Amino acid sequence: MNNSDLLLQMKDLKTYFFLDEGTVKAVDGADLEIKACSTLGVVGESGCGKSVAARSIMRIVAKGGRIVNGEIMFHQRLRDPETGSRSSNLVDVLDLAALNPHGEKIRSIRGAEISMVFQEPMTSLSPVHTIGNQIGEVVSLHQKLDSKQAREKAIDMLDRVGMPLPQRTIDRYPHELSGGMRQRAMIAMALSCHPSLLIADEPTTALDVTTEAQILTLMRQLQEELGMSIMFITHNLGVIAQMADRVAVMYLGKVVEDASVEDLFYKPLHPYTQALLQSIPRLGAKKDRNQRLASIRGSVPDPYNLPRGCPFHPRCARRLDICDKEEPPLVKVDTGHQVRCVLYK
Amino acid sequence: MLGYVLRRIAIMIPTLIVISIITFIIIQLPPGDFLSSYAASLRAQGEVIDEAEIRVMRERYGLNQPIYVQYGKWIKGIVTRGDWGQSMSLQRPVKDLIWQRMTLSMVLSVVSLLVGWFIAIPLGVYSATHQYSPLDYIVTFISFMGIGTPSFLLGLVVMFVAMNYMGLNVGGLFSDQFILAPWSWAKVVDLLKHLWIPVSILAFNGTAGGLRTTRANLLDELNKPYVETAYAKGLTERRVIWKYPVRVALNPFFSTVGWELANLISGATLLSIVLNLQTEGPMLLNALTAQDMYLAGSFLFLLSVMTVVGTLLSDILLAWVDPRIRMT
Amino acid sequence: MTNQPQAAQTNQPRIALDEEARVGERIAVATPATLMWWKFRKHKLAVISSIFLIFMYLLAIFCEFVSPYLPDDTSALYKSAPPSKIRMIDADGNFRRPFVYGTDLSRDPETLRAIYTENQEVIYPIKFFTQGPTYEFWGLWETDMHLFGVAVLPDIPQEEQPRVMVLGADRIGRDVFTMTVYGARISLSIGLIGVFISLGVGIIIGGISGFYGGIIDNLIQRIIEFIRSIPQIPLWMALSAALPLEWPVLRVYFAISLILSLVGWTNMARVVRGRFLAMREEDFVLSARLTGSSEGRIILVHMVPSFLSHIIASLTLAVPYMILSETSLSFIGLGLRAPAISWGVLLAEAQNVRSIALTPWVFWPAVAVISTVLAFNFLGDGMRDAADPYAR
Repeated sequence: MNNSDLLLQMKDLKTYFFLDEGTVKAVDGADLEIKACSTLGVVGESGCGKSVAARSIMRIVAKGGRIVNGEIMFHQRLRDPETGSRSSNLVDVLDLAALNPHGEKIRSIRGAEISMVFQEPMTSLSPVHTIGNQIGEVVSLHQKLDSKQAREKAIDMLDRVGMPLPQRTIDRYPHELSGGMRQRAMIAMALSCHPSLLIADEPTTALDVTTEAQILTLMRQLQEELGMSIMFITHNLGVIAQMADRVAVMYLGKVVEDASVEDLFYKPLHPYTQALLQSIPRLGAKKDRNQRLASIRGSVPDPYNLPRGCPFHPRCARRLDICDKEEPPLVKVDTGHQVRCVLYK
Repeated sequence: MLGYVLRRIAIMIPTLIVISIITFIIIQLPPGDFLSSYAASLRAQGEVIDEAEIRVMRERYGLNQPIYVQYGKWIKGIVTRGDWGQSMSLQRPVKDLIWQRMTLSMVLSVVSLLVGWFIAIPLGVYSATHQYSPLDYIVTFISFMGIGTPSFLLGLVVMFVAMNYMGLNVGGLFSDQFILAPWSWAKVVDLLKHLWIPVSILAFNGTAGGLRTTRANLLDELNKPYVETAYAKGLTERRVIWKYPVRVALNPFFSTVGWELANLISGATLLSIVLNLQTEGPMLLNALTAQDMYLAGSFLFLLSVMTVVGTLLSDILLAWVDPRIRMT
Repeated sequence: MTNQPQAAQTNQPRIALDEEARVGERIAVATPATLMWWKFRKHKLAVISSIFLIFMYLLAIFCEFVSPYLPDDTSALYKSAPPSKIRMIDADGNFRRPFVYGTDLSRDPETLRAIYTENQEVIYPIKFFTQGPTYEFWGLWETDMHLFGVAVLPDIPQEEQPRVMVLGADRIGRDVFTMTVYGARISLSIGLIGVFISLGVGIIIGGISGFYGGIIDNLIQRIIEFIRSIPQIPLWMALSAALPLEWPVLRVYFAISLILSLVGWTNMARVVRGRFLAMREEDFVLSARLTGSSEGRIILVHMVPSFLSHIIASLTLAVPYMILSETSLSFIGLGLRAPAISWGVLLAEAQNVRSIALTPWVFWPAVAVISTVLAFNFLGDGMRDAADPYAR
């Protein structure tokens, strides 16, 4: 793999939550790679650790959670703060996992180099501050602009995300906007400092289908304009097919399969990925009334009490005898196609 | 916003009318009137009372008229002439008696409220952001003490400590030479010298409640997604907390100014009786026991007005700080 | 298609379903209670407080038996006497069962203050389940059995009997411990009675307000606002000043609890209404309505159980408030008056600068008030946390 277009590399990341009830291994040895100007889709059921992995990159893991192992190498490049365009010259390679989560270094990266869009546009914006206040804050913080310039910048960003009447919307409060508008405002806020990586944590889950399509189109368009990478977290495989270049499938804190989007949909290897793909309803399948939609049997195990060996083995249709004894290694099957399963050893 | 304020004020007027009626009825509840209890106390001292004289006096004060006529006269006097009636026990117009005491009461309550907040907010924020830390436990325990100890008992304790260990008599709001003196700079300084004791007692109670509210609200707010958004922006922890969740968590503060004030007035009334302050408390108590109805009624009515105005102010404040309210 | 065969067909499985539902119901009813208990148990202060309160209420219930004397037993020997020192080792260093020394009274020649010194010649052993002044237990039968005390000496007038005064004596020689325990009976019960009156009125009015909404709700809310906009203490003062002085103690007692609940019910009504409003929107209420349950059934079977725990928690938090209010009113002389004995009455008698300086032990009722109120607050706090066992 060419190192020059690598943007972020997560190696054997472990983020655990130490709670009264026990330890939750939310991320338990995850490996990810994000290349410059590309989109990595991360899929998995709820509770598989995808959101915690994203928050580990930002170092905003909730109380009680800690990175206990692994590294997150972030390849920082020289860039023009005005246009946000980057040269290919590497400035620095930073291990985000080693930074002090309250320190100045990580704060200079948050919101500027890496930013994030959240699932609930309703509650992710402060209800008592105007849109302009919340966007302008990021700009003036990272680009040292005065309030007037920050306001102009905010209006410009609102315009770019397709917000109607940005001069007026900027003084609105979130509750005065629709869900789609709020998510556009969130995106404008996240992109206002032209980050090199945008982490989108289920950004369209709370939206209706037409709005979802608009937001997805907007994100792709902005990605081209600004030349950034996107880490797109979702449980919706349809959205992945539309957005991602590469896909990582996560199960119980581990990446079980990592492939290009074509490989994943046409040549899924891991039994979990295969099961996931089978559980998507297909057009026309209804004609055959006797065929039921496939579902993965069982449910995600108790997070305090993970199964030994391969975490998926209790639910796996192709289980072997060693599956409950040995933890499968990550096997490289093809160029750019890795899977964590003993079947391919 | 202006429309909202005007609408609120419009609602307030009928409220005040009803309250004035209620207070007047309450004041009339005791059997007999001022003159009968006055006569009884004179008789107890062995004096001979002329029934005819009592009748004449009763006529003069209008006590033999039906209650609604008395009420009408009272309200008419207040609205047209600022005349709150005659205090029968002190033989002076009520308006000469109440204003200084009501002003001092208001100063005492408002200063205590502000001091209480000034302490409660930072402590509450610390307590919530450092949940289950040793200081959080200490702060929580002290705040429970504050809730559990009524102001008049605390007043007794303070008097006890001041008496036994400092040789001070902490009662009153003024030194003797200033009680009857006209207002002057020296009198204000003297007032401040005495005011801190009741203020700290009342503020202790207010702080305790405010602290619980701040802590509970902030703990709720800290888990809201917008806090995460703020962290993701790269703001410092202090900035995130004070600009976002604290700001939202403080809204209930503004919405409770009204009844917080009512609580403080209640506490201040008792405390001023214990510490013998020159506020409304002791005089209200005397007026009530002597059935001096215009004096007691005026106090009761004005105290209610203070609460109603406080509630109005708190609603306006809340609409001002919380854009979500303004909409409706 | 007719309904008949279908009904016959589904008859069989329905019984099985009912069986299942009953099992499910049992779990659903039992589990939240268990969950609540588990959660409550985690709140250590609340558990300690509940034990303390049970203890206090036991004292109040058996106050005649627990206290060694009668509350109005004065003593010439023990005017303003400090708390008796209970000893186990005598002057010669011998270990014996608990006892108190006799006391010698002398006067400071300058201030004329009474000075009590122990007379180590005379030893009065403390006895348990001993004879003391006669009383009527709960008004049912006469007895002179007391939990503890020193033996009554024959041929000595009651005024000059030796005594054990655990918490000291007031200026006419009455036992502070006895008075505090007797005071607990009124102070602790007036809070409960007041709260139950408030609850009754509050649930009815708040329920009507919340369930029907609309104009009725608006009207009731206005009334509550009127009542609440008069500051409570001055309002209570005015109302209790209206009670005729010549009323007997019992009538004053009930009148005061009525006055306290006059404001208290508005709080309960608010809580109930809030819960009703929130719950009206809940899916389970809607589904109950869709299955054809009557309004009464919906309220009693579906809504009340789901907010009962919240109501209990609010009740617990309302009791200390009532206790404090009674104490305050009696303290300033507008509530209960002697010969009634409540903590407020005792404090009112204690209240003067002289007693603060010379006989601080007469303020024990204040300690009782504060600790009871604190305990109720902790208990209520724990109950409120436990009331919603699913919240984290």
